[in-house]
Amino acid sequence: MNSLSEFLHMGGYGQYVWSAYGITFVAMLLALLIPVRQHRGLRKRLKKQLARQAKSKN
Amino acid sequence: MIMKFIHRFASPPFFYRFSAKAMPWFVGLFLLFLGYGLYGGLVVAPADYQQGESYRIIYIHVPAAWLSLFVYMVMATSAAIALIWRIKLSDVVLISSAPIGAMFTFVALVTGSIWGKPMWGTWWEWEARLTSELILLFLYLGIIALYNAVEDKRIASRAVAILTLVGVVNIPIIHYSVEWWNTLHQGPTVTKFDKPSIHLSMLLPLLSMAIAFKLYYGLALLARARNELLQRERNAGWVKEMLKDE
Repeated sequence: MNSLSEFLHMGGYGQYVWSAYGITFVAMLLALLIPVRQHRGLRKRLKKQLARQAKSKN
Repeated sequence: MIMKFIHRFASPPFFYRFSAKAMPWFVGLFLLFLGYGLYGGLVVAPADYQQGESYRIIYIHVPAAWLSLFVYMVMATSAAIALIWRIKLSDVVLISSAPIGAMFTFVALVTGSIWGKPMWGTWWEWEARLTSELILLFLYLGIIALYNAVEDKRIASRAVAILTLVGVVNIPIIHYSVEWWNTLHQGPTVTKFDKPSIHLSMLLPLLSMAIAFKLYYGLALLARARNELLQRERNAGWVKEMLKDE
């Protein structure tokens, strides 16, 4: 366990190193999850629109 | 032959289907290179003899900064193609890349700032490298804002393409800023082709992280481009056909 706490300590720079990595991965994850969610919403909207159009034609 | 392939690839239904198949591959390869990069960079590589363990921020800071420039060059190329050959997909690539480029620029600035605090004693300094990178962030945000502000998306795409090409002047300024001006930011470590001043045990994970970030860009670009494409083509036959079949 000593080596793990040493690893996290980063020679006294732990707060800098880990906050930099944390912010980076949160930003990258968000920038990927947002378009994936948007894709689902967009398809749902388009499907509804298509159903409405089919209805109004009949 | 090549033009035929480009036209096929750039056709919206083909690209939409292709991107769905390609994305899992990008995820897998990204995780592979990320895994090696993080392990090699955070665990295996020795501490820096001057900066101690704090230098390990390099494994995200430098790839993010590289990508902030690379994404912009992809956008500028797309802008030129869009203006000259009017290939639909190039507009899509251009506008879909902008938020990803902005994110990488933001990450490069923030991680640089966090690294600067213990090493330089300050979060921020108005010097050439940092200022030109900040201008790059504003360029990305300006491109996104301009695209959203113009109602007619064909006009918006042209305006954005022109703005992107004008903004290219900033790219060499960022790249050479550490050589042209006497900056606080350190000079290049890796891109000196004669002899990189970095040990292999540090260089390999760094390159692996750079490849991982590039794969991430490919992945995020596909995810955004197919949304943009679907939105633009919502009245096209292939979209209706595809949605009906489900």
